[in-house]
Amino acid sequence: MLEIRNLQASVDGKPILRGIDLSVKAGEVHAIMGPNGSGKSTLAQVLAGRDTFAVTGGTVFYQGVDILPMAPEERAREGIFLAFQYPVEIPGVSNVYLLKAALNNIRQHRGQAELDAMEFLALIKQKMKQMEMNEDLLYRAVNEGFSGGEKKRNEILQMAVLEPKLAILDETDSGLDIDALQIVAKGINALRSPQRAMILVTHYQRLLDYVVPDFVHVLAQGKIVRSGGKELALELEERGYGWLEGAEAAARPAENA
Amino acid sequence: MNAREHTLADYARSAVTLPGAGVPWLARARRSALERFVASGYPDTHDEEWKYTSVAAIEKQAFRAASHRDGDLAAAASLVDQLALGPGAGHLLVFVDGRHCPSLSVPGRLPAGAHMTSIGEEFETAPESLEAYFADDDQETIFAALNTVFMADGAYLHLARGVVVEQPVHLLFIATQDGAAGAIISPRNLIVAEEGAQATVIEHYVGTDGAPYLTNALTRISAAANASLTHYKLQQEGAQAFHVAGIHARQAQGSRLSSHSTTLGAVLTRNDISTAFTAPGCEATLDGLYLVGGRQHVDNHTRIDHGAPHGTSHEFYRGVLDGRSRAVFNGKVLVHPGAQKTNAHQANHNLLLSRDAEIDSKPQLEIYADDVKCTHGATIGQLDDNQLFYLRARGVSETMARSLLVHAFAHDVVERIRVAALRSRLEQILFSRLPQGERIRALA
Repeated sequence: MLEIRNLQASVDGKPILRGIDLSVKAGEVHAIMGPNGSGKSTLAQVLAGRDTFAVTGGTVFYQGVDILPMAPEERAREGIFLAFQYPVEIPGVSNVYLLKAALNNIRQHRGQAELDAMEFLALIKQKMKQMEMNEDLLYRAVNEGFSGGEKKRNEILQMAVLEPKLAILDETDSGLDIDALQIVAKGINALRSPQRAMILVTHYQRLLDYVVPDFVHVLAQGKIVRSGGKELALELEERGYGWLEGAEAAARPAENA
Repeated sequence: MNAREHTLADYARSAVTLPGAGVPWLARARRSALERFVASGYPDTHDEEWKYTSVAAIEKQAFRAASHRDGDLAAAASLVDQLALGPGAGHLLVFVDGRHCPSLSVPGRLPAGAHMTSIGEEFETAPESLEAYFADDDQETIFAALNTVFMADGAYLHLARGVVVEQPVHLLFIATQDGAAGAIISPRNLIVAEEGAQATVIEHYVGTDGAPYLTNALTRISAAANASLTHYKLQQEGAQAFHVAGIHARQAQGSRLSSHSTTLGAVLTRNDISTAFTAPGCEATLDGLYLVGGRQHVDNHTRIDHGAPHGTSHEFYRGVLDGRSRAVFNGKVLVHPGAQKTNAHQANHNLLLSRDAEIDSKPQLEIYADDVKCTHGATIGQLDDNQLFYLRARGVSETMARSLLVHAFAHDVVERIRVAALRSRLEQILFSRLPQGERIRALA
C-alpha cells in the first residue's frame, strides 16, 4: 500500500529526514518510535502533504501512485488520514460542519452519493457513542476549548467517520490519562482491518500495550535505525533510546515487506 | 472653480429648493455650516483625522446637490421588493436619491407615542421641535457641515416616554442611475428617544454600479434616561460611489446604545460613529464589519466620550481585506475627568487575504480619570496555515478551507445582529461573496 524509498526532507534548509525506507501493506500496523527530534512527526506530516517541509529526495508511492506532487486534500480523498499530534482549534467552524464537509468531499471523490442530513447525523452519533464523546462537542467549534483527551478522541472520531485506507496517528497517546487512552485505543482497534494500514507514531510504548503493532521501527536522526516486531518496543521501554544511537550509522533499515 | 466656490455656487443654486427654506433657524444653521466649510474646505491628509484617507477624489468629482426631481422610481421599486425585510417585518421608509418616497414606503402601524416621518415633512409642518438637533457642530467632520448645508430629507423618529417599538424601523436609501449620477445625496436622520423608550433602526444604503455619486449622510441620536436604542447600518452602495457618514449619539443616564455597522460597497467609505455619555450609568456597544476588495477604501472612526461615571463601552470591529483594498480603524475613547468606574473595551481584528491589502489600525485612548478599566487590542493577520492544513488534511479543498475560515472570522460580527431577517440577509451576502460559499451554506 505504501512504499517509501530514501525519503529526505528538510525545513529551512535543515535536513530532518535523511533517507527513510518503509514498506507498509494493507492490514498491517506499524509503530514508529524514537526520541524527540528524531523526525517522527515530520514523517507523519510529510506523508499528509504539509508544505512547510521541503521534500529534497526520495519517493513515496501509495497504492502505486507517487503522492509527493499531490495536495493534502487529494491525499485525504485518496484515503490517507493524519491524526494530528496537536489537533488545531478552529474558532467559528463547528465540528459538525467540518465532519460534513470532509465526508462529502471524500464520498464524492469515491463516487458515492452525499449522505442526507438524517443519515449523516445517525452515522456521526453512532461513532461518537463508540468514542464515548458528548454530543455537545458536535456543535462546538472544532477543538476549541476541548480538553486534551477530547481533542484526541475527536481525531479518532474523524478517522472513524472518514474510514481511511492508510491512517497515520501522530502521538495520539500523548496527553491522555489512562481512561482516555483506553477509549482511544478501542477506537483505533475497531478500525483495524485487512484492508486498512496504520502507522502509529509514538514516543512511548504505552499505547502499544493496547494497540499491538505488527512491526516496530526506531527512528533516530532522520533514519530508521532498527526494525523489529512488537518486542522491540518493550526493549526500548526497558533500555531507553540511548543504546541505539551508536547503531545508527551502521544500520541499514530492515525490510519488512 | 475651487471646491469652496463650487459649493457656494451649488448652494446658491439649490438653496430655495431645499426643505425648510422658510424656517429662519434652519437657514441660519445652513449658513453657519456653509461658513465652516468655506473656512476650511475639504480635509487633506495633513489633518490628523484624515491622515490615511484622502478625499481628493471627492473634491475632484465636483458633485452637485441632488436635484429635486424624483429618481428612477421603477428601478427603485424593484429593489425595494428585494431589500425589504419581508412582510410584516418592520416599518419601512424608502428614500430615492435622498428624497422620501411615500409610494414605496410601508410604514405599518406604530404604537401610540411613536412618531415616524420624513425630516422634509417635519420641516414643513412642525419645525420648532427640531431646532436643538440641527445646529452645526464643529466636533463633527466637515462633511457633517456639508450635510447641514444640503440636507434635503431623511427619517425622523420620535419616541415618547416609555414607548417601545417592537419591530425594526428600516430606512432604505436607494441611489438610482438617473437621479444619483454626479450628485451629492445628503440624507439627514434624527432619532429621539424619550425616557425609557426603545427601538431598533436599520439604516440601509444601496446604489447602482453605473456612475459615481456621493452619499453624505448624517444621523443624530438622542437617548434620554434609560432609553435603549439599537442601530444597524448596512452599506451596499454602488461600486463607483463615495459614502461618507456620521452617526452621532448623546446618551443620558442609564441609557443604552448598540450600534452595528457593516460596510460592503462604495469605492471610498468614511464612517464617523460617536457617542457621548452625559450622565452616569450609560452603556454603548459599537460593532462593525468591513468586507472589501479591489481598490476599495474604508475608514471607520469611532469615538466614545465617557463624560460621566459608571459608563461601559464595548467595541468590536472586524475587517476582511482582499485585492488592493485599504482599511483604517481609529477608535478613540475619551475618559473625561471625574468619569470614575468607567469600563471600556475595544477590539479591532483584521484579516488580510492579499499581499496588496493594507490596514491602519489605531486605538486612541485618552484617560483623565484614575479609577477606570480600559483595554484595547488590535490584530492584523492572514489566514492561519495550521488551520488551513488541518482542514485540507480532512479532504476539504484549499478554496473551501479558505472560505470556511473567512466565514468564521466574519460570522463573529454578523451573529451579533439581533434582527433575524437582517442577520440572515448578511449571512446570505457573506456566502455569496465567498468562493464556494454555497457549499458552505449547505453544511448548515
